[in-house]
Amino acid sequence: MGLELYLDLLSQPCRAIYIFAKKNGIPFEMRTVELLKGQHLSDAFAQVNPLKMVPALKDGDFTLTESVAILLYLTRKYQVPDHWYPQDLQARARVDEYLAWQHVTLRRNCLRALWHKVMFPVFLGEPVSPEVQAATLAELDVTLQILEDKFLQNKAFLAGPHISLADLVAITELMHPVGAGCQIFEGRPKLAAWRQRVEAAVGAVLFQEAHEVILKAKDTVSLADPSVKQKLMPRVLAMIR
Amino acid sequence: MGLELYLDLLSQPSRAVYIFAKKNGIPFQLRALDLLKGHHLNPEFLPANSLQRVPVLKDGDFLLTESVAILIYLSIKYQTADHWYPSDLQARMRIHEYLGWHGDCIRSTFGVSLWAQVLAPLIGIQVPEEKLKRNRAAMDRALQCLEDKFLGDKAFLTGQQVTLADIMALEELMQAVAIGCDLFEGRPRLAAWRQRVEAFLGADLCRETHSVIWSIRELAANKKLPDPPPEMRSRMLLRIARIP
Ligand SMILES: N[C@@H](CCC(=O)N[C@@H](CS)C(=O)NCC(=O)O)C(=O)O
Ligand SMILES: N[C@@H](CCC(=O)N[C@@H](CS)C(=O)NCC(=O)O)C(=O)O
Repeated sequence: MGLELYLDLLSQPCRAIYIFAKKNGIPFEMRTVELLKGQHLSDAFAQVNPLKMVPALKDGDFTLTESVAILLYLTRKYQVPDHWYPQDLQARARVDEYLAWQHVTLRRNCLRALWHKVMFPVFLGEPVSPEVQAATLAELDVTLQILEDKFLQNKAFLAGPHISLADLVAITELMHPVGAGCQIFEGRPKLAAWRQRVEAAVGAVLFQEAHEVILKAKDTVSLADPSVKQKLMPRVLAMIR
Repeated sequence: MGLELYLDLLSQPSRAVYIFAKKNGIPFQLRALDLLKGHHLNPEFLPANSLQRVPVLKDGDFLLTESVAILIYLSIKYQTADHWYPSDLQARMRIHEYLGWHGDCIRSTFGVSLWAQVLAPLIGIQVPEEKLKRNRAAMDRALQCLEDKFLGDKAFLTGQQVTLADIMALEELMQAVAIGCDLFEGRPRLAAWRQRVEAFLGADLCRETHSVIWSIRELAANKKLPDPPPEMRSRMLLRIARIP
């Protein structure tokens, strides 16, 4: 059995992996795990990832979870172009730095933006107060400022003059609040121009394909079945904190 | 100017960087700063463009933040023993897999007790019991997963030898252990792991690295901790508000 990727394009790290694999012509078998249907809680998927989360990778006997690990694995195993994760020590350290930073900052904020604005009210039928929503968006705003000032600065891409894993991980996160209807690029011309560069580097068609689900989420997600809601709720609460 | 490391040994990622550099005999200039005094907000103490957090590495003109990035940088630049960050692809990816989970489940969980018992009271705040209960449950879940999913029957978290993953984990757990949480009670496998990691690092180095955190309760009891300046207070309030 060749490479298998367990993904749901609703999830931001899954989109980063999907784009990366497609863009680099890495052959893989797509195993879609629909989170909103609770498919990740099945016994079959627990065999792949006992923590019951996507993304996950299977390559023969080797199973790997965690998006950053999966991206780095693909990078080395398939010898993709150097710019994704440069050999040069300092250039690489910039990518590592971003990947470590985003984890508890941008990632958390983008996830909360989507859940507070769309998923809690529409999917779980649990309204979120305007104050909580506003606080979430204010926190996101602070993080976007750091992204722009400390990481992007005046460079073309987050870690240097070329696109790297950092950009992919960042853009797929940012498309979460975009999917929730937040105008996060408004008033941020530098970040907006960067987004254009990333989209162009990835290719418009692939970018669109990877983001179709999230960009439609607002209009297509509907109220969860009570039994599904009951199963998902504790995990959602743990994830969103 | 050679390698400089900006650290406060009260901070768990700072300690991971410190212990790694010392253990590997990497020559560096220690730039010790005191977060409680707000040193990191002052460009006199910490290079301006560094997100105002520690650890920070400065190597000539090159400035780097984030403990994981710093550890990888040091291990490559100083060609430390392969076991820390193995060149074998699958072994190396086990470390990244651990670090990803660590970021979700360990990083923000094990520092909470210190905030509740020492740091919040320092600025007159009490963390609600409800949050502490939630935190204890989160610690329990994380320890269970650490023991079952990561450690398993191996000697170390990602294999038979010490890696970056083990020191990152150890330093986070120490934050709670040092102020009296008995994380290892009823977890003999995890306790044995801790002993293996500490034995590998050496008792002297562990003592040196952990002396600040071990003495923090006593310092607090004797009112020997600094009175945080206003700009630090507001950052502390924000941090406390984020405790889930
Ligand atoms: N740190 C992990 C996070 C994985 C994660 O949180 N996955 C989410 C989707 S974005 C998930 O599967 N959640 C399902 C659940 O926990 O019930 C990574 O980067 O891969
Ligand atoms: N992810 C970063 C975390 C750095 C961090 O949170 N540092 C804390 C100390 S543990 C800090 O400097 N806080 C000071 C502040 O925010 O005021 C790393 O691993 O290096």
